[in-house]
Amino acid sequence: MLDISDLHVSVDGTEVLHDINLHIGQGETHVLMGPNGSGKSTLLKAIMGFGSYTITSGSIIFKGEDITHMPIHERAHLGMGMMFQHPPAISGLKLGKLLTATSHMDEGVIEALAQSVNMEQFLARDINVGFSGGEMKRSEVLQLKVQQPDYLMLDEPESGVDLENMNLMGKEIAALLEKDIHIINRRRSGLIITHTGYILDYLEADQGHVMISGRIRCHGNAREILRVVKEKGYGECLRCKPR
Amino acid sequence: MEHLSQEDQERLAQTGLEVGMQNRCGSFFQIDQDVVQTTCGAEGIEMLPIKIALEKYDWMRDYYWNAVPADADKYTKYVAKQETPQGLVVIAHPGVKVAMPLQACLFLREEAVQHVHNIFIAREDSEIHIISGCASSWQKERGAHIGVTEIYVGKGARVTSTMIHNWGEGISVFPRSATIVEEEGTFLSNYVCMQPVNRVVMYPTARLVGKNAVARFSSIVVATPGSFLDLGSRTILAAEQTSTELISRAITTGGTVISRGHILGEKENTRGHIECKGLILKDGTIHAIPEIEGTLTGTELSHEAAVGKIARHEIEYLMARGLSEDEATATIIRGFLDVKISGLPEVLQRQIDDAIDKAESGF
Repeated sequence: MLDISDLHVSVDGTEVLHDINLHIGQGETHVLMGPNGSGKSTLLKAIMGFGSYTITSGSIIFKGEDITHMPIHERAHLGMGMMFQHPPAISGLKLGKLLTATSHMDEGVIEALAQSVNMEQFLARDINVGFSGGEMKRSEVLQLKVQQPDYLMLDEPESGVDLENMNLMGKEIAALLEKDIHIINRRRSGLIITHTGYILDYLEADQGHVMISGRIRCHGNAREILRVVKEKGYGECLRCKPR
Repeated sequence: MEHLSQEDQERLAQTGLEVGMQNRCGSFFQIDQDVVQTTCGAEGIEMLPIKIALEKYDWMRDYYWNAVPADADKYTKYVAKQETPQGLVVIAHPGVKVAMPLQACLFLREEAVQHVHNIFIAREDSEIHIISGCASSWQKERGAHIGVTEIYVGKGARVTSTMIHNWGEGISVFPRSATIVEEEGTFLSNYVCMQPVNRVVMYPTARLVGKNAVARFSSIVVATPGSFLDLGSRTILAAEQTSTELISRAITTGGTVISRGHILGEKENTRGHIECKGLILKDGTIHAIPEIEGTLTGTELSHEAAVGKIARHEIEYLMARGLSEDEATATIIRGFLDVKISGLPEVLQRQIDDAIDKAESGF
């Protein structure tokens, strides 16, 4: 699904990601951990193609296509989707209107999808304007349910979400990643940034990675990495040999 | 109206004019200095050319050059010195409420200067909605329009005045309007100008003279290269418990917008707010000058103003959902211009939305 090789990314002329190599196969979900400021969000945004993140060398291959320099919306059309940690509030733009503009879906279908994440009251509201943390996350999930991406990136889906919402979110994200389908037939892939690992209560991850100072240091079983980090902190990962 | 050329009919339609009169309860049409049509189907509402209204009712003199002084400036003086006044008088008799808008259409075709003097009177507990569409012929290269409008909102009455402009690049426009709102009266003013114009200079004023009176001004404008829009609105909170809101959205694609606002709070328990937002899409000028002036402890006034470009992360957010850069930009602009005016009949809101939608493709 996604193949990143020797990727170097700069922001304002300073290299922030160094020599990233990451392979996510079809149907696989990977978890990305690491201390604050280590570059996890930067990696997601660089994969999505955001302008502030300049790829100075290396390549991103998505579904066999080189997307290293492809515009964001074309990546979205290819089947890439992202759940933002801090989505912008856009006044005057109704959530419902955005959903119809991006999907050409029937209003009834959109309404039903909105109901499934308790967002039907928000379709007529300006997107993210005055939304609580949980509402913002539900709005993100709704947008992804409409978009139905084959490869999904989630930037800290747990942050700012209360327990009740977390339950809903966890199940919805699991469904987006086709966790209800047998692994052999699962086609969707995901990359999830998590600090707490709560999301792992709702879905299994196939692999975990730890990023420190712009490098991926460790690869391994996601739960095991989480356990080590909880016990010993990220210092342990510094001993890992980057590959 | 039907005898106008196809091009001119289309230009008028863009200002919200319904040639076929659907969704309209009355219609006034002035080409240059000639009133060509005055019709009104609503009971209790009178629509008259001003000349006839002045002959018909002696008391019209009390409203003539009252809210707007005849000697206010050179433009009002020009209108005042005309031998035959031209323009529209609307009278809503007490208690008459009409949700369907009346349309007033002012069309500049051949003359160099069009002058208009309108008077709208809403008596006690009446309700009227007036949509003024102003346009010039597609063949008209230069010209000026001077329009004086005096609006009187009686006790408990409700008036909305929506003005949609569709002038040409060589046309200069000087509306001079003022409104007096009595106790429990509500005045809503909406202005939309999305098309090129040489110059628009106006600073309408609402004077709230009765307890609990409300005035709300909204303007949505685009300054294309060569357009100079000096726009403002002012409310004088001259009675207790009056309140006002002045909202403006300005976009420049190369022209100049001066966005003024002034609220004077001079009585107890008064409130006012100015919201002024500007978007610079291409190098041009947006100059926001919000002024709030209070003269006693019991008035609460505030303002917020912002001028800038579209935030890059907003565009990228929408692109991540599959919109191209141009689509994302247009979507954000449309949202920026989306000022929903509470209390406005749906048919008028739709008219405003249409005027914006038509211009949207140009960004």
